[in-house]
Amino acid sequence: MTAVRLAHLGGGRAWLRRCVGTPLNAALTAAALGLLALALPPLLRWAVLDAVWSGPPSACRGAAGACWAFIAAKLRFILVGLYPPAAAWRAVAAAGLLGGLVLLSAHPRLWRPWLLGAWAAGLAATLWLLGGGGGLEPVASRLWGGLPLTLLLTAGGLVAGFPLGVALALARRSRRRTPRLLATVVIETVRGLPLIVILYVASLVFPLMLPGGISVDKLLRAGAGMTLFAAAYIAEAVRAALQAVPRGQAEAALSLGLRPTLVLLLVVLPQGLKMAIPSLVTIAIGFFQDTSLVAVIGVFDLLNTTRAATLDSEWLGFHDEAYSFVAAVYFVVCAAASHYGLWLERRLNPERRR
Amino acid sequence: MTTGRTGGAAQEPLVSAVGFLCMAALVWWLARNTLDNLDRQGIALGFGFLGRPAGFALDDTLLAFEPAHSYARAILAGLLNTVAVAVLGCVLAGVLGFLLGALRLSDNPIVEALVRAYVELMRNTPLLLQLLFWSAVIHALPPVRAAAEPLPGVFLSNRGLVLPYPVPGAAPLWAGGLLLVLLLAGRRVLPARLVTPARLLAAAGFAAALALAPPEWRVPRLKGFNFVGGATVSPEFTALLAGLVLHHAAGVSEIVRGAVLGVPAGQWEAAQALGLTRARTLHLVVLPQALRAMVPLLASTALNLTKGSSLAVAIGFPDVVSVLGTIGSQTGQEIEVMALLAGLFLALNLATSSALNAYNARLLRRGER
Repeated sequence: MTAVRLAHLGGGRAWLRRCVGTPLNAALTAAALGLLALALPPLLRWAVLDAVWSGPPSACRGAAGACWAFIAAKLRFILVGLYPPAAAWRAVAAAGLLGGLVLLSAHPRLWRPWLLGAWAAGLAATLWLLGGGGGLEPVASRLWGGLPLTLLLTAGGLVAGFPLGVALALARRSRRRTPRLLATVVIETVRGLPLIVILYVASLVFPLMLPGGISVDKLLRAGAGMTLFAAAYIAEAVRAALQAVPRGQAEAALSLGLRPTLVLLLVVLPQGLKMAIPSLVTIAIGFFQDTSLVAVIGVFDLLNTTRAATLDSEWLGFHDEAYSFVAAVYFVVCAAASHYGLWLERRLNPERRR
Repeated sequence: MTTGRTGGAAQEPLVSAVGFLCMAALVWWLARNTLDNLDRQGIALGFGFLGRPAGFALDDTLLAFEPAHSYARAILAGLLNTVAVAVLGCVLAGVLGFLLGALRLSDNPIVEALVRAYVELMRNTPLLLQLLFWSAVIHALPPVRAAAEPLPGVFLSNRGLVLPYPVPGAAPLWAGGLLLVLLLAGRRVLPARLVTPARLLAAAGFAAALALAPPEWRVPRLKGFNFVGGATVSPEFTALLAGLVLHHAAGVSEIVRGAVLGVPAGQWEAAQALGLTRARTLHLVVLPQALRAMVPLLASTALNLTKGSSLAVAIGFPDVVSVLGTIGSQTGQEIEVMALLAGLFLALNLATSSALNAYNARLLRRGER
């Protein structure tokens, strides 16, 4: 792929030939350029030239362009939601901490046991920063929102969902019928249902199943639903990877006299999990986007705070600006993550590089 | 399969029995709590509530619905809405996705880059965000009196989309029947050749019938404060359909691209060596193989689209999930409602996967795999 691209970077004439070489290609090029000429100038005028960058709502009313002043005015609400303004630094620090943990985990050279400890400590610190206690003013979880909440749901769901997913995958491959059947039913049910239905069950049916008087925090219920959802998809990715581990590996280890549990822990799982990494990155990207669905059960994640910001009576109706802004946030994170996934895949399997 | 065995053979029944007892105790405990809680709230378990009048109104359903109608009818109305969105969405996303996939495969770098940018944009932002965006865009359209007319007879306003629709004469109906018969007579949905004489004949017959007895078009026009004639599609339905189609078309285009690129280069070379033109190679050699690789992925996209239609609740369209959600919170019969939803989606999944299995089995039987 890269070689091909370099080849036509070298030859401008070849590139031109590919654009206008045949009548069909010439027509396609003309159509594409026409589309760009039609769409780009108005977009540029709206987003940059005619845009209002600062000022009160009245400054935006007559403007032809985008009202970025709205984003500037509502930025704190979009990013941290209803979190008390005086303590907003804690929400920002929590988001920074989670983002830092993700960056820290990016390079395979740092995949050492201490990283697991760092994640446990980081998640605990995030919960402490957001929730308070121990020297910080307590903040109720219904006031949490925005980017830290989206990151917390993503990280918490994946971190808790991973061991559950691995366990489900192993159970589905088990020789015993009962665990196999149970795991299959759980995985297929969760994967077959829309996430919204799982969130409904977590937020409405699950409380019914607890003894009277015990109530579980809404955010925790949403997190439990998201975790189950993540676990089912992780389980299938891990199962596929485990199936790809050559049988000979387990057979060789068994013939060396290792106990079956050790064969699994020392031989099969390490190889399988390594092979699962690219699909796990894909799952993580999708999961990050899917956390936006918690809005349906009234949790204020990044997308929901953005939507709520457009309902402010002072700044009514700046949907395009709000959604463009939040789309840019999601896009940057997801595009970076998917490029990282491709890089990682090449790095982990250098022999398969094309 | 060599995993998961911890104890010796003698321990195994004991471990199983303990595990089973723990599971049973957990289930009993959860069921007991549930019954206690329902009892305290004065809710009787069971589906008797389905016959009672719903008491709420649903806008925008294919099946007429009023507050006096029963809950069961509300669910049916929601289900029909979901089916309509899912079927229309799958067809439109499929057509658009194939088109985009073909453009993505063209060797024209400008077109390829444009389509790639589109696909990246769709894949890297949440579907819910896209739906909220389209919903906001449609609600911010000019009012009916200043409706935009992107195509002659098609009007877009903040009341939604108004389209002309054809009332077919008798001949096209017969021709449509003939087309179906011929297609069924072929019995092979994906034969070695996509264009067969029978299909060409059927298409020609259909075209001739259309030409001989052209359908009558009901064209909308502005009268007073609204459009008359033509078919009106509500803003919510338009936003949901547009969002789902545009999002999943990007996925379909990637599937198409992957499947065509996945056909070994030797196949192209062999066909070229036999003297087939590029177009005939594509039609006779590459596409039939690529289509087979696509089928399972397309089926899973269709399922995803159907599941994604449940996001309708966020933009106020009464699909089956949002109707059942409303019923659940209104009656308190959450468990029954969720059981209905789960049953519905699991049945859909089961139907899809058994259809796929049958398809695979047929390919295997014919030795095409």
